[in-house]
Amino acid sequence: MTTAAVHHEAAAGGHHELSFVRKYIFSTDHKIIGIQFLFMSLFFLLVGGLLAMMMRWQLGYPGKAVPGGGVLPETMASGGVILPEFYNSLVTMHGTFMVFFAIMPLLVGVYGNYLIPLKIGAPDMAFPRINMASFWIAFGAGIIMLAGFFATGGHAAAGWTSYAPLSARSDLSGVHMGQVLWLVGLIVLGLSSILGSMNYITTVVNLRAPGMTWFRLPLSIWALFITAILVLLAMPVLSGALIMLLFDQTLGTHFFDVSAGGQPLMWQHLFWFFGHPEVYILILPAMGIVSDIIANGSRKPIFGYHSMVFAIGAIAFLGWIVWGHHMFQSGMNPMLGTSFMISTMVIAVPSAIKTFNWMGTLWRGNIHFHTPMLNALAFVSMFVIGGLSGIFMASTPVDIFQHDTYFIVAHIHYVLFGGSLFAIFGAIYFWYPKMFGRMMSERLGKVHFVLTFVFYNLTFFPMHFLGMTGHMRRIYDPTQYEFLRPYQGTNRLITVGAFLLLASQLPFIWNFFWSLRKGAKAPLNPWRDNGLEWTVPSPPPHGNFATTPTVHHGPYEYSSPLTTDDYLPQNQEVRP
Amino acid sequence: MSHAAADAHLLEPGAGVYHKKLGMWVFLASEVMFFTALIGSYIILRFGAAESWPVPSTVLNIPVTALNTFILICSSVSMVKAYAAAVEGDQKRLRLWLLVTVIGGATFVGVQVFEYTHLIHEHFLPSSGLFGSTFYTMTGFHGFHVSMGVICMTWVTIQAFRGRYTRENYHGVEVIGLYWHFVDLVWIILFTIVYLI
Repeated sequence: MTTAAVHHEAAAGGHHELSFVRKYIFSTDHKIIGIQFLFMSLFFLLVGGLLAMMMRWQLGYPGKAVPGGGVLPETMASGGVILPEFYNSLVTMHGTFMVFFAIMPLLVGVYGNYLIPLKIGAPDMAFPRINMASFWIAFGAGIIMLAGFFATGGHAAAGWTSYAPLSARSDLSGVHMGQVLWLVGLIVLGLSSILGSMNYITTVVNLRAPGMTWFRLPLSIWALFITAILVLLAMPVLSGALIMLLFDQTLGTHFFDVSAGGQPLMWQHLFWFFGHPEVYILILPAMGIVSDIIANGSRKPIFGYHSMVFAIGAIAFLGWIVWGHHMFQSGMNPMLGTSFMISTMVIAVPSAIKTFNWMGTLWRGNIHFHTPMLNALAFVSMFVIGGLSGIFMASTPVDIFQHDTYFIVAHIHYVLFGGSLFAIFGAIYFWYPKMFGRMMSERLGKVHFVLTFVFYNLTFFPMHFLGMTGHMRRIYDPTQYEFLRPYQGTNRLITVGAFLLLASQLPFIWNFFWSLRKGAKAPLNPWRDNGLEWTVPSPPPHGNFATTPTVHHGPYEYSSPLTTDDYLPQNQEVRP
Repeated sequence: MSHAAADAHLLEPGAGVYHKKLGMWVFLASEVMFFTALIGSYIILRFGAAESWPVPSTVLNIPVTALNTFILICSSVSMVKAYAAAVEGDQKRLRLWLLVTVIGGATFVGVQVFEYTHLIHEHFLPSSGLFGSTFYTMTGFHGFHVSMGVICMTWVTIQAFRGRYTRENYHGVEVIGLYWHFVDLVWIILFTIVYLI
C-alpha cells in the first residue's frame, strides 16, 4: 500500500518505473485489477454459455450426439450423447459460473474496481494490496471450480443451490470430489468478495474528493456502495453454510443429515438468506450503471435522483426479509409464507420507482441511440418483464403451480440476462474507451445489440409457455414425459434460439479484440459525460488525477442553462 | 515501510477515521455475520434435537476451559494496556503488554489443542452426533481466528520492538486491538452456549 502511494506521487511527477509483472500482473492499480476481472469474468461468461449450449442441445434433441461432442470423454458423453449424470453437472456449473464467476465479478469486480476511485476523484482504492489479493484469490477460486470437471465422479451435480441432503452425501449424488471442489471454490471466492467489498466501502466513505458529497455521487457509485454492503453481510453467511456442508462431506459431521438429527431444510434457509441479497447484488449495480447511461443518452438530469438513491437502499433492505419466497414449497407454515409473500411484493414499490424514474428521464429528452444507450433501454424493458413475472411467483397460490418449472427459468433469465447482462454490455461499450483508450465500432456494436436482443427473446420468452405447461426445471429428457411431448417443438425452437444467441456474440468478441489494437483513438470524453473519469486521459495514468479534483455539481447536469455545452463536468466551476 | 505517511495524506475527507480502522470495523461486521451463521445453525439444531442433546459437562472439561476463558479475557485486558501505552508513547510498556497478549493468545490456542487431543482420545469426534459437529465447527473456527490474531499480533509486537509505533501513529496497535476484542467477545458467547448451557 505504501509503495502504491509513493508511486502515485511518482506518476504525478511524470516518472515511474514498474516492471511488467508489477504493472500488469501483480498490479495494485485499481484500473488494471478491474481489467483483469474483466478478462477473467468474460472468459467464465463464455464457459457458462458453452455449458448452456450443451444443455440446450440435449433438451432440444434428446439422445442425439452433440455436434463436436466426440471430444468429450466417455464419462461425460457416450459417443457424443450427453449422459444424465453429466447433464446434472452442466445444470449446476452453468448456474455457478454465471452467477458467481461471470455476472457478479463483471458488475462488482470490474466496475466496482474501475469506476469507484475514478468517479469519486480518488487516486486508488483505500487498500490497493488487499485489492490485488482479492483478484488473485478469485482467480484461484476459478481454477478450483474448473478443476472439478476433471475430478473422478464428475463435477458437482446438486444444482447451483446445492440443496442438502443431495449435496451433503456422496452416496446419494454419486459425486464426492466434484462437490468438495465446488464447496472449496465458493468458500475461496467468498473470501475474495468480502475483501473486495471491505475495500469498496472504505474507499467510498473515506476517499471522496473535496466537494463530492454523498448526494453528488453518481448512481452507479451509490449502487456499487450499497451492493458492497450486501456482499459484506451476505457472503459470510454463505461461507458458514458452505463450511458446514464441506464438513458433512469430508469430516462426517451431521449438520444436514436427518438420520442423526440434522436438518436439510436449514441449508435452504441459510442459502437463501444469502441468496436473496445475492439477487440484488446481481441487479443493483446494473441499475446504477443504467441510470448513468440513460441520463447521458437522454441529455437530461436523471429524474428523481434522491428517490433513486432511497429506492436502492429500500431494495437492499427488503432483500434481507424475503428469502422465504424461495421456499414456499418446502412445507413452511402458510402464515409465514404469507408474510414472505407480502414483504416480497413490497419490493415492487422501489423497483417501480426506479422504472418510472428512468422513463421520466427519457421523457422529452434529446435521446441519442448510441450502443450503450440501446443496451440500457433493453435493460429497462427486459427488467420490467422479469419483474412482472416475479410478481406471479411471489404469490404463494400461483407459485404452487410454477415452482421448479421453466417459468422460473424464464424469470431468472429475464432479470439476469435481460437485466444484468444487457447493462453489462452497455457498460462495456460505454467505458471501453476509458479503459483501453480506443473506441469500439458503433456499427458492430449495434449489430451485436440487435441480434442479441432478438435471439435473447426468442430463447427465453417461450420458456414462460413451457413453464405454464408444467415443464420441470432440471429434467434431462423432456420426451420421456407424455404430457410434455406436444411441446417438444417449443423446446427445439428455444434450442435454435440459444445457438443463434451464442452466434450473436461473435460480433461482440470481434469488436472487443479488434478495437483493442485497431479502434479509433478515444478522445478524453467521447460521450460528453459529466463524470470525473472523463476529465482524465483515456486510459488514465497511474494515480488517476494529476491534481485532486474539486467537485462543484451533481453528476447529471445535462442541458444545464448555466453553460452553453449540453453537459457540465462535475469538476467544472460555473461563474455567472 | 511508511504506512504512516501514506495514511496521513489520504485521511482528508470522509468519516474522520483512518482507512485501516474503518476497514477493520467493516471487516468485523462481516465476521459477525459469519459467526451468526454458525451460532444460528447451532441454536436451530439444538432446539430441533432437544431431547437427545448431551449435557455439555458430561463430555467437556468445563474447569479447564473456564480457566482458558479467563486467560483469553486477561489477554484482552493486556491488549487495552498495550493500547494505552501506545497512546502515551510509552515504548517499554507497549512492548511488555503486547508480549503478554501474544503469550495469552498462544496459551489459549495451546490449551484448545490439548482439549481437542484429549477429546479425540476419548472418541469424541466431529462425527459424534450433532454435538460433535457443532462443537468442533464453532470452537474450531474460533480457534482459527485466535491463531490468525496471534500471528498478526506477533508481527505487531516485532514492529513495536523496532520502534515503529509512536504517540502520533499507533494505528497498527489499535487495529489489531479491535480484532482481538472481537475474537474475545465471540468466545464469551461460544463458551456460554456450548459449554455452560
